[in-house]
Amino acid sequence: MTTHYLILSALLFAIGGIGVLVRRNAIVVFMCVELMLNACNLAFVAFARQHGNIEGQVIAFFVMIVAAAEVVVGLAIIVTIFRTRRSASVDDASLLKY
Amino acid sequence: MEPAEILSNPGGVIGVSWLMIALPLLGAAVLLLGGRRTDKWGHFLGVLMALASFVVAALVFFQMLGFAPAERRVSVPLYAFIPGVADLGLLIDPLSISFALLITGVGSLIHIYSIGYMSHDTDRRRFFAYLNLFVAAMLLLVLADNYVALFIGWEGVGLASYLLIGFWQFKPSAATAAKKAFVVNRVGDFGLLIAIFIVFTTFGSVAFGEVFPKAGEASQGTLTAIGLLLLLGACGKSAQLPLQSWLLDAMEGPTPVSALIHAATMVTAGVYLVVRSGAAFFPGDGTASLVVTIVGVATLLAGAIIGTAKDDIKKALAGSTMSQIGYMMLAAGLGPVGYAFAIAHLITHGFFKANLFLGAGSVMHGMNDQVDMRRYGGLRTLMPVTFITFLVGYLAIIGFPLLSGYFTKDGIIETAMEHNAILGWLAVAGAGITGFYMSRVVFMTFFGERRWDKDVHPHESPAVMTWPLIVLAAGSAVLGAYLVLSNRLMVFLGPAVGLPEELPAFHVVSPVGLATLALVAAGAGYAWLKYGRQEVPVVAPRGSFLTTFARRDLYGDALNEALFMRPGQWLTRLAVWFDNRGVDGLVNGLAATIGGTSGRLRRIQTGYVRSYALSIFVGAAILAGAWFVVGTL
Amino acid sequence: MGETVTFWVLAVVSVAAALGLVFSRKAVYSALMLGVVMLSLAVLYAVQDAPFLAAVQIIVYTGAVMMLFLFVLMLVGVDSSDSLVETLRGQRFWAFVAGLGFAALLALGFGNVAFTAATGMGAINETGNVPSLAQAIFTRYVFAFEVTSALLITAALGAMVLAHRERAEAKTTQKDLSRARFKAFAETGANPAPLPGPGTYARHNAVDMPALLPDGSVSKLSVNRHLARHTETEAPEAPVAEITEGETSK
Repeated sequence: MTTHYLILSALLFAIGGIGVLVRRNAIVVFMCVELMLNACNLAFVAFARQHGNIEGQVIAFFVMIVAAAEVVVGLAIIVTIFRTRRSASVDDASLLKY
Repeated sequence: MEPAEILSNPGGVIGVSWLMIALPLLGAAVLLLGGRRTDKWGHFLGVLMALASFVVAALVFFQMLGFAPAERRVSVPLYAFIPGVADLGLLIDPLSISFALLITGVGSLIHIYSIGYMSHDTDRRRFFAYLNLFVAAMLLLVLADNYVALFIGWEGVGLASYLLIGFWQFKPSAATAAKKAFVVNRVGDFGLLIAIFIVFTTFGSVAFGEVFPKAGEASQGTLTAIGLLLLLGACGKSAQLPLQSWLLDAMEGPTPVSALIHAATMVTAGVYLVVRSGAAFFPGDGTASLVVTIVGVATLLAGAIIGTAKDDIKKALAGSTMSQIGYMMLAAGLGPVGYAFAIAHLITHGFFKANLFLGAGSVMHGMNDQVDMRRYGGLRTLMPVTFITFLVGYLAIIGFPLLSGYFTKDGIIETAMEHNAILGWLAVAGAGITGFYMSRVVFMTFFGERRWDKDVHPHESPAVMTWPLIVLAAGSAVLGAYLVLSNRLMVFLGPAVGLPEELPAFHVVSPVGLATLALVAAGAGYAWLKYGRQEVPVVAPRGSFLTTFARRDLYGDALNEALFMRPGQWLTRLAVWFDNRGVDGLVNGLAATIGGTSGRLRRIQTGYVRSYALSIFVGAAILAGAWFVVGTL
Repeated sequence: MGETVTFWVLAVVSVAAALGLVFSRKAVYSALMLGVVMLSLAVLYAVQDAPFLAAVQIIVYTGAVMMLFLFVLMLVGVDSSDSLVETLRGQRFWAFVAGLGFAALLALGFGNVAFTAATGMGAINETGNVPSLAQAIFTRYVFAFEVTSALLITAALGAMVLAHRERAEAKTTQKDLSRARFKAFAETGANPAPLPGPGTYARHNAVDMPALLPDGSVSKLSVNRHLARHTETEAPEAPVAEITEGETSK
C-alpha cells in the first residue's frame, strides 16, 4: 500500500508544482504551494506507517506549523502588494531584474 | 718589488682612523636632520668636520711614517659587514693615506672657500651637508679594504655628485645635468659591479688582501675581463672616453663643487681604482693595461681639444680636467713606474685644478656669475690675488719649468715614451694643446680689453675665499718638485703598489722635456697671437669645421643620442605599442568577453518569479532523474 | 480491503480536485478544490493510523488556512478571474514537461522499490496516537517545538506589521463627509442622501433584489454593483423592461 500512497503523493506534488509554474494569481500560486506541502505530508505519514515510527508523523506536524506561519506571512505580503499595485499577479511584480 | 703584505691593526691613531669617515658623515647627518635650525652655524660645523678629518688623516700619516716601509700596509677591521664575504675594514697604506690627505686637505680648503662663495645662498647649510657627505663617501672609497665597501663609497660619491650638480635644481639645465651625470655613471657602475661579481666567483673573496695575492691563479682571460670591466667603472667615474659626456654638463653645479668633486677628487677615483687593482689586474704589459693607456691618450687629446673651443670658463677647465685625468690614466696603464707618476700628477692636479676652479669661481663671484670668457678681459688689476694665484695654477698645469706640472706631467710623458713612442708623442701633442687652451683662458680673462656689461662691478673676493687660493697656489707651485725629485712619492708608494726593478732617474732637463716645453711655448704663443694681441670678439665667431667639432664636444652627445638614446626610444615605443596592443588588448579583450557574456547572461534575470521557479523545478527534476539513474545502476 | 477502497476513491477525488485547483479560472473555485484535497488527505491520514494529524489537518488547514485564503480573496476581489493566456514564452510547455517528468520519475522510483509489508503503527498507537506523538514532540523534539512557537509569534507579528497602514492625514469625520456630500450636491446635483437599501417595498428580501421606489419603479442604486453583474437586476414582478432611476413604471 505504501507504494500507492507515495505515487499519489508524487502526483499531487507534481500537479502542485505545475500550478505554481503556470498560474499567475499569487493566491492560487500559494494554494499550489500548500498542495505541494500536503503531498509531502502524505508521504511522511505513509513512511511513518511503513517503518512503524512516530517520527514521520512528528515531522508532518512540524510541516503543518511552518506552513501555517508561511501562509500568514505570505498572504500579508500579497495584501500589501495588492494595496500598492492593485494587482495580485506575480508577473506584475517583476521590477527586480536586469 | 712586489707590494708589501697587509699587517693587522697596530693601534694608535690608525686604530681610530675610521674617525676620518665618521666625522664628516656625522656632520652631514646633523646638517641634514637638523634642518633649518642649523642654518646659522651649519657651515662652520661642515668646515670643522672636514678639518677634523684632515687632522686625523695627518696624524695617521705621521704614525705611518714611523714604521719601516714594509710595515706600512695595515688593515683596520671594523665589523663583519657580510659575514664570510666582506668584512668592512679600512686599508691604511701609503696609497690610501695619500688620497685621504688630498681629499681632506683640498676638501677643507674648498669648504672654507665655500663659506664665502655660498654666502648669498639661502641653502648654504644643505650645501655643506652634501659636501660633508661627499667627503665621507670619498674617504670610504679610498680607505676601504675590499671591493664591496669601495663600491659603497663609489655610489656614495655618485650620490653626492648628483645632489651637488643639481644643487640649484630650480634651473632645468642643472637638474638635467645631474640626471645625465647619474645615468652615465650608472653605465660605469654596472661594469664595476660585474667586475666585483667576477672577482668574488673567481677568488671567493672581495677583500684586497685576499684577492691580490691570488691573482696569479686565475686565467689570463678572467684577469683581462676583470681589468676591462674595472676600466669601464673607472671611465664612468673619471669621465674618460667613451663615458666622458657628463663632466662638461656637470659644471652646472656651484663652482666649489666643480673644484672639489669634478676636478680634484671624485673624478680621480677611476685612477685610484686602476692603481689600487693595478698589481693584480693591470700588469704593465697586459691587454687591459694597453686599453687603459689607449683610453688615457684618447681622452687627454679629446679633453684638450674640447678645452680649446669653450668660451665658458668652467667648461674650458672641465675639458682640461678630462685631459689631465687622461694623462693619469695613461700613466696608470704603464705599470709601477707609471703608478707613481699617475698619483703624483693626481695630487698636483688636485691642487692646481682646484686652484684654477676656485680662481674661476672667484672671478665669477666678482662678475655676477658670468661664465662667458668673452665677457671678461683685463681683470688682472681688479682682482690681483685671484690673478696671481690663477697664474700660478696656469703655469703649473702647462708645465712651466720647476712648477708642479713640469715634474709630474713630464714624468708621465717620458715614461710613456719609453713604453711606446706613439703614446709618448701623442702625450707631447696634448701638452702643446694644453699650453694653448690654458693660455687662452688666462688671456681672455685677465688681459686685453674690458668687455663686461656696464652694471658689472668686478671686485676682489673676501679673504675667506682668497686664502684657500693662496694655499692652493703654493701647493701648485712646489708640490710637484717635492714629490717627484729623488722619486720620493714612488718610494713612499712602493709598499702599496710595488716598485719597479730600478728607479728611473729624473733629469731636470731632458730632450723630451725640451721638446714638450717648445711645443707648450708654441701653443701659448699662438694663444697670445689670437687672444692676447688681437681683440676678442664678444660674440663667438663661427669658426671652421674643427671649431664646431670641438665646441660640440667632439659630437660625443650626438653619438650617444644616435647610438643609445634613439634606439632606446624606439625600443620604448615598441614596448609601449606592445603594451597597448598586445598586453592591454589581451586584458581588455578578456574583460570585453566576460562583460559581453555577462551582458547576455543577465537577460536570464527576467524578474518573473515563475521563470525562476521553473528553473528550480527543472533542476529538481534533473536531480531526481540522476538519483533514479544512479540508484538503479 | 476497506483501506484499498478508501484509498482509490480518495486518490481519484484528490487528484481530480488538484487538477481542478490548477485549472479553474476563478480563484474561489481553486480554493474550494484545495479544501477538497485537504479533506481527502485528512481521511487518508486517518486511514493510515494518524488520527491526530487528521484532526489537525482539518482544523489547521481546512479550518484556519482555507479561511485565510478566502478572506484574502475577498479583499483582493473575488470576482476577478485569471487570464489563461500565457505571457512567458515556453513557460507552460516546460512547466508541464518538468512536472510530468518529475512525477513520472518519482513514480518510477517508488514503483521500483520493493517495500516489505508495512510495520504499521500498531505498537506505537497501543498507548494512543496522541500520547506517543506528544512524547516525541516534548522530549526529543522539544527544542524544535519551542522554535516553532517563536516562528509562529514572529509570523503573527510580521503579518501585523505588513498589513498595518500608517494614517497619513487626519481621519475624515462624519461632519467632513456631510460637508463634502452637500458641496457635491450644490455643484453637481449628486444625491446627498444615503443610497436606498435593497429590497425596500419588495416582495423578496434577497440582497440581489432591487428596491422599488414609491412610484413602483426600480432603484438600480440599491443593488451592489458586484451582485448586479451576477444576477438579474430586474424583478420578475417589474412591469417594465427599461428601468431608469426615478422613472415611473408604465
